[in-house]
Amino acid sequence: MIHSLFLINHSGDIFLEKHWKSVIGRSVCDYFFEAKEKAVQPENVPPVLQTPHHYLISVYRDKLFFLSVVQTEVPPLFVIEFLHRVADTVQDYFGECSEGVIKDNVVTVYELLEEMLDNGFPLATESNVLKEMIRPPTILRSVVNTLTGGSNVGDTLPTGQLSSIPWRRAGVKYTNNEAYFDVIEEIDAILDKSGTTVFAEIQGVIEACVRLTGMPDLTLSFMNPRLLDDMSFHPCVRFKRWESERILSFIPPDGNFTLMTYHVSSQNVVALPVYVKQNISFLETGSCGRLDITIGPKQTMGKTVEGLTVTVHMPKTVLSANLTATQGNYTYNLATKVLVWDIGKLNPQKLPNLRGSLSLQAGAPRPEENPALDITLKIQQLAISGLKVSRLDMYGEKYKPFKGVKYLTKAGKFQVRT
Amino acid sequence: MTPVERGAEDVYLSRMSTGASYNDQGGAEAAVEAGQESTPTSSGAGAGAGAGAAFGLFSTDFKKNEDLKEMLESNKESLKLEAMKRVVGLIAKGKNASELFPAVVKNVANKNIELKKLVYVYLVRYAEEQQDLALLSISTFQRALKDPNQFIRASALRVLSSIRVPIIVPIMMLAIKESAADMSPYVRKTSAHAIQKLYSLDPDQKEQLIEVIEKLLKDKSTLVAGSVVMAFEEVCPDRIDLIHKNYRKLCNLLVDVEEWGQVVIISMLTRYARTQFISPWKEGAMFDENNEKAFYDSDSEEKKDQMEAKTYIMDPDHRLLLRNTKPLLQSRNTAVVMSVAQLYWHLAPKHEVTIVTKSLVRLLRSHREVQYIVLQNIATMSIQRKGMFEPFMKSFYVRSTDSTHIKTLKLEILTNLANEANISTILREFQTYVKSQDKAFAAATIQAIGRCATNISEVTDTCLNGLVLLLSNRDETVVAESVVVIKKLLQTQPTQHSEIIKHMAKLFDNITVPMARASILWLMGEYCERVPKIAPDVLRKMAKTFTAEEDIVKLQIVNLAAKLYLTNSKQTKLLTQYILNLGKYDQNYDIRDRTRFIRQLIVPSEKSGALNKYARRILLAPKPAPVLESAFKDRDRYQLGTLSHSLNTKASGYQELSDWPAVAPDQSVRNVEVIEPVKEWAPLVGKAKQRKSDEKFYSDEEEEKEEEGSDSSGSEDSSSSSSSSSGEALCLFVCLKVYVFCLVTFILFRV
Repeated sequence: MIHSLFLINHSGDIFLEKHWKSVIGRSVCDYFFEAKEKAVQPENVPPVLQTPHHYLISVYRDKLFFLSVVQTEVPPLFVIEFLHRVADTVQDYFGECSEGVIKDNVVTVYELLEEMLDNGFPLATESNVLKEMIRPPTILRSVVNTLTGGSNVGDTLPTGQLSSIPWRRAGVKYTNNEAYFDVIEEIDAILDKSGTTVFAEIQGVIEACVRLTGMPDLTLSFMNPRLLDDMSFHPCVRFKRWESERILSFIPPDGNFTLMTYHVSSQNVVALPVYVKQNISFLETGSCGRLDITIGPKQTMGKTVEGLTVTVHMPKTVLSANLTATQGNYTYNLATKVLVWDIGKLNPQKLPNLRGSLSLQAGAPRPEENPALDITLKIQQLAISGLKVSRLDMYGEKYKPFKGVKYLTKAGKFQVRT
Repeated sequence: MTPVERGAEDVYLSRMSTGASYNDQGGAEAAVEAGQESTPTSSGAGAGAGAGAAFGLFSTDFKKNEDLKEMLESNKESLKLEAMKRVVGLIAKGKNASELFPAVVKNVANKNIELKKLVYVYLVRYAEEQQDLALLSISTFQRALKDPNQFIRASALRVLSSIRVPIIVPIMMLAIKESAADMSPYVRKTSAHAIQKLYSLDPDQKEQLIEVIEKLLKDKSTLVAGSVVMAFEEVCPDRIDLIHKNYRKLCNLLVDVEEWGQVVIISMLTRYARTQFISPWKEGAMFDENNEKAFYDSDSEEKKDQMEAKTYIMDPDHRLLLRNTKPLLQSRNTAVVMSVAQLYWHLAPKHEVTIVTKSLVRLLRSHREVQYIVLQNIATMSIQRKGMFEPFMKSFYVRSTDSTHIKTLKLEILTNLANEANISTILREFQTYVKSQDKAFAAATIQAIGRCATNISEVTDTCLNGLVLLLSNRDETVVAESVVVIKKLLQTQPTQHSEIIKHMAKLFDNITVPMARASILWLMGEYCERVPKIAPDVLRKMAKTFTAEEDIVKLQIVNLAAKLYLTNSKQTKLLTQYILNLGKYDQNYDIRDRTRFIRQLIVPSEKSGALNKYARRILLAPKPAPVLESAFKDRDRYQLGTLSHSLNTKASGYQELSDWPAVAPDQSVRNVEVIEPVKEWAPLVGKAKQRKSDEKFYSDEEEEKEEEGSDSSGSEDSSSSSSSSSGEALCLFVCLKVYVFCLVTFILFRV
């Protein structure tokens, strides 16, 4: 299936290659570079390309291209999903996925790739299994290794791969047994010029961090499962149980994992936490423009809105911005033409406002479209859909674990058209 | 393996590590093997190192990596490991490290697991280039294949089968056969992977490999299922008969198979189902699953026919597949969700397909590349089934941060979804897009508006007016695109649009995009009788600028001149002649040809043929309006979710999805007899076969039955009977060859 993998950095250098079948020369990447040249923006490179003898399927993540070479028919999503899994694994192991990190840990990355695919077919992609075979580097371990000549490759063999629950390794032990669940909801919305909602929906995800000894069997139930419209689960969740009782029943993986993602049914009206008043205009003459943005709280359920930022992708002709912010500060990047206004906490008594003038390239025509505003925000201890976890029970083990649930609301793709 | 043998091997292994060269004790087989290769291995590698040094001289980064060989040959494990890490670093960067082969291969039997793994990485990479030296390592893997630890067996098989050296094909074949009957499902899984590798190395082994696949398909372990189906797809995708007996088992195991295996199994089962079940899409079919009994009871042909005509009854196996794949729509793996979606699209009754919509829309939250593929598939689906995605229309609204190809795909889908009810919403949305800074996208939007206008007659006028407004846009591409689309729209209903044509004539001087200019000129010519005063004037202007125009514009000028000449020759005769003269001496031969052709056609002379009479009817014939179609119109000839679908060309290895059979093939082929659990694996297969033959063959064919029985037991049991001993002999032969080779190298380097 997957024949070879090339990692390519932003400037187009191949800095890692791996072949699972016979070797394919680097020249195959030339077709990709050609497409990259044509696309201008790296995001615009088509993910699937055809060359005379091969097919190239690539993903772009963290300023790196993961380019795989395929020779025969294969579901493209299969390859794309796998490439993202590779990036996730690198991220998981080294904390970030960048050229520098991969170059520093090239041997570990190579060992990982070796285990993840056999003859181009995924073998072990479960992070728990991989970590048993190849331990992620820690400072302590690297010190010990240099002193004793030990290695990062586990001498135990991956037991997880054999069991029917490959996501959990055997013999897990903790002194503090704890299970934390974060319910994170994101609001996707498009508001039009006048502030009316064109489109709004809520997407949620439950991230878990479970450190429990032995083989615990957990059940998690909600106060109002009816809110959930569509969801996807980690393979550990027993689907039948959910279908019949609307209860999440599972033997958790060890460590951090995504338990489920869900979509809140569209019947419910989405409560938007903020409103935006904006006025951006470019004058016909004098090559300048005005900008005035005010943000206020709308439906915040008594919680404070934090981490508020506004990002504006200005038209290419905007040279500089001369603005004053009543709260927070703003930066205008001349190269990328991106204006970022970092507000921080939203104070309902004194609404933050950003206003001033924009200067445009002299002689250039007035931009036709006003730039859209992208908004990010965070609200702690609130799931905006109203979803609530009612209880978490553990079976199969005798000890009493420490349990915790946290809620968080964020702005996902929150865009205001102007 | 007997305990005696195991003990012997332990002794032997420890000797290996201490560097003992000869061994003549212990289990007979192990001793022979060890005697054969332990001496040459160490010496051969040592000698090989000398060779490596010689090759090294030619390497560019010789100085930098000079020490690698010494480090690899040192006694210190940490040094070796360090060296191996650097070597793997070189491989990762794509640099050539092949000259180190002899020094590296020596470490293949090292105890340190990390070192061993790195050596494996190296071996697999370079074995193909250095086939002879690679043989040195084979015996180590052969020994490891008999290790009591299943992981060591599996990894040995993995590496052995990855070494692409044709000479070891018989060894690989034997190893695969043995591992396929291993106690450990993990080893059996590895052997399923090895099947594909061996097949790509030597396709002549197909028949034997199919036997192994057949055996592995019967495996009940979830670990094996995905891998063996993958092997089946690579080696013998046309042997659909192998699936019959395993069909129900695969359906039932599916939920517990690992996610990658699920994708492969689902796509295979889609293909299978299309050949085995009858179509659930019959018009006016009633869906009744509960009268299966009636179906089976009705013996008389007449009755049966009646039943079929009236109601469609889904095969319970067909239902089983649909039921068991449904939960997988909730998978976190996007590829699994997509494959279930395509299964439902290709197999489920029309009214059930809608359940996949939500899940597909959910995937749009995922990475950009995932969105791209999913949107492509939705685009194809939405042409045939608007209703499926209409409730989710807003999910396809474009954001300014989407990348261009995502935007155009969303636009495509929105256009497909447009109908009388929602068109006003969609057009309002399109108004925002037209203003986009991404001009390619704005142009695509204009085309989309054009398509909406032709498809939905109520809004044609509104769209046309909107597009005319866009003609005064400052951006060239927007104007050009609008002109082209307006041209197409006017063609569909040219009756009352002289105003628009006049407006375009006025704008003509300001439009510079050739395609747009050409379109306006064509419109003028086509409808010149509706704008009798303007058209000759435009022609006058064009005569002046003819030489400076682009080729497509020139062609249209010639066309316009010809058409005007025919309708209004009084005013335009001279102009036309002037233009035709210019065209006659143009640099482009296309234009010269066209001019010559037009002149002969329209200007009467004694030489002009019969066509002259028909000139008017030829040039001013009513022309059919262009049909504005989706680019995804014909994509559904490919199976959804495939690479071929994504590229819209047939990818190599693409398996066509067959049409439903008119009459359902025999259902009973999928029936499996219940077999009581038996511990040993290989005999179980033999028994199953015998039973099958029991049923199939009647007593008068007993001879045949016995033959089959003995055949199967012979090939299965590799340790005893004659067929396997030939394999053993082959294997021994190769070992001998390795041995001789090592001796030769040894002698060579001593000399």
